[in-house]
Amino acid sequence: MKRNYRNPVGIGKYTGLLLTAPFIIGFSVFTLCPFIISFVLGLTETGLGGQTEFVGFDNYRELFSGGEFVNSALVTLRYAAVLVPLKLIVSLLTAVLLSLEIKGIGFFRTAFYIPSILGANLSVVIMWQYLFTSGGLVNRMLGILGISPISWYGEPSGALAVIVLLRLWEFGSTMIIFLNALKDIPPDLYNAAKVDGCGGISAFFRITLPLLRSTIFINLILALIAAIQEFNAPYILTNGGPMKSTYTLGLFIYDEMFVYGNVGLANAASWLMFAALAVLIAVMYAVSGRTGGERK
Amino acid sequence: MKRLPVYIILVLISIVMLYPLLWLFGASFKTNDEIFGSMGFLPKSFNLTPYIKGWETVTPYTMGHYFINTFRIVLPKTVFATISSVLVAYGFARFDFPFKRVAFLLLMGTMLLPPIVTIMPTYLMWSRVAPELLDTYIPLTLPSLFACEGMFVFMLIQFFRTVPKEFDEAARIDGCSTLKTLVFVLVPCIRPAIISIAVFTFLWTMNDFLDPLIFIQQVKDYPLSLALRLSIDSTGQGYEQNKIIAMSVIGLLPSIAVFALAQRKFAGSITVGGLTG
Repeated sequence: MKRNYRNPVGIGKYTGLLLTAPFIIGFSVFTLCPFIISFVLGLTETGLGGQTEFVGFDNYRELFSGGEFVNSALVTLRYAAVLVPLKLIVSLLTAVLLSLEIKGIGFFRTAFYIPSILGANLSVVIMWQYLFTSGGLVNRMLGILGISPISWYGEPSGALAVIVLLRLWEFGSTMIIFLNALKDIPPDLYNAAKVDGCGGISAFFRITLPLLRSTIFINLILALIAAIQEFNAPYILTNGGPMKSTYTLGLFIYDEMFVYGNVGLANAASWLMFAALAVLIAVMYAVSGRTGGERK
Repeated sequence: MKRLPVYIILVLISIVMLYPLLWLFGASFKTNDEIFGSMGFLPKSFNLTPYIKGWETVTPYTMGHYFINTFRIVLPKTVFATISSVLVAYGFARFDFPFKRVAFLLLMGTMLLPPIVTIMPTYLMWSRVAPELLDTYIPLTLPSLFACEGMFVFMLIQFFRTVPKEFDEAARIDGCSTLKTLVFVLVPCIRPAIISIAVFTFLWTMNDFLDPLIFIQQVKDYPLSLALRLSIDSTGQGYEQNKIIAMSVIGLLPSIAVFALAQRKFAGSITVGGLTG
């Protein structure tokens, strides 16, 4: 108490440590430990008798020589490459619309946000399954437009599209982050631009986009992490099929671990996934820094 | 009338966003033929049998049982995560301590680490250290005591920073201890942020599928999400689809209710929702 009084704010050396101790302990036990264990297990192999042997980087070699992992990695990349840009573009454009102060805008904000709130709820995934069955709502609507029914789950690209569309439908969380960032842009900027004869679309490209650079970056990374980890939707909707076309890394790791019991291989794969993500994020960070992201 | 095109676009997107949910609700009263035979969401008659049958589930337990299981995971997690995040964020926002920068970097790092990398070794750790606890919900709820959600802590730190430090100083001069300052001065200032953290922990845990899938072995311990999964697995095509749809609707109700209740209170600090996807 006495010390606190003398050092009003920010200097209590042990108070700070004490308060943040839960995080530091929790991080060590539930993040750092598993993380290291995962790497070590990735260097081992469990024999038929249950004994664990050290095999060095054999698991990694096996991952790259077997088609399954490479296929999963490509599926995951393709999925992320389609979903992430679409999600960012849709989120940004709708956020711009929703930032207009017009009547009833509150309703639209809530409406656009609700699907992402329900997000990963299994009920939503089940609903999606029904929507895209051969006689489902989506095919009927396409029928009205004169498009013949699509066998969504029967074709590789159709199955991937179903999952992409589900996650795209849940763009609300990305949109909200954009919406909050848009509110921080001073209206004076747009007024000044208007005076200079720059309005609408050119104001969007010259003012909005540059000022949103760091927000776009954050959203890009969040969307990328979520996409690379995709598990629920392919697990329930397609079970990785048809022909392993939606067999994401998440499914691969889960199957190796819990279905085939290849603990070493599963951990090596999840470590590779982490390393790839880390490299990807570092590269994007470097690139966004070079193109002048000085605004925080 | 410049607004008209904007409204048309907004209405069209709203339909895409809301109609599937509306359809799901309507379909829960329909027969199989109706589900796959029409696009309208209104059923020919409001027949409650799917709900009654769905409530029974395909297992020996009712949906009520799975609701209780779910809440036994969700409620402790919500309380634990909220309290621990506030304490840790308070420490980061208001105090200096050795290795603070390193700790803060680690906190940011947890946001980038995909859970799927750590979830399996965590499972192996539990099975090695305390296998008997794998039959309880402790492996699911305990980590939330340790402010494991970096995003929440980060967000709270931002909110703590908006509160002038003079508030703390005044409280100290009036004789408040560190904890009292937090509880009586700072917490009221950032209440909306704290409410949103509680709401999102609730929603995420409600929706969580992978954690229970890995940690929970027995059907009697399943939360709603796993029970639903079990039902779609054991129900063949062309068989009483409305029952599964009714179960799905029931499964969505807690999330919708909490969102509706909280929506007004945390509207200002909704940013944390950025992670729901």
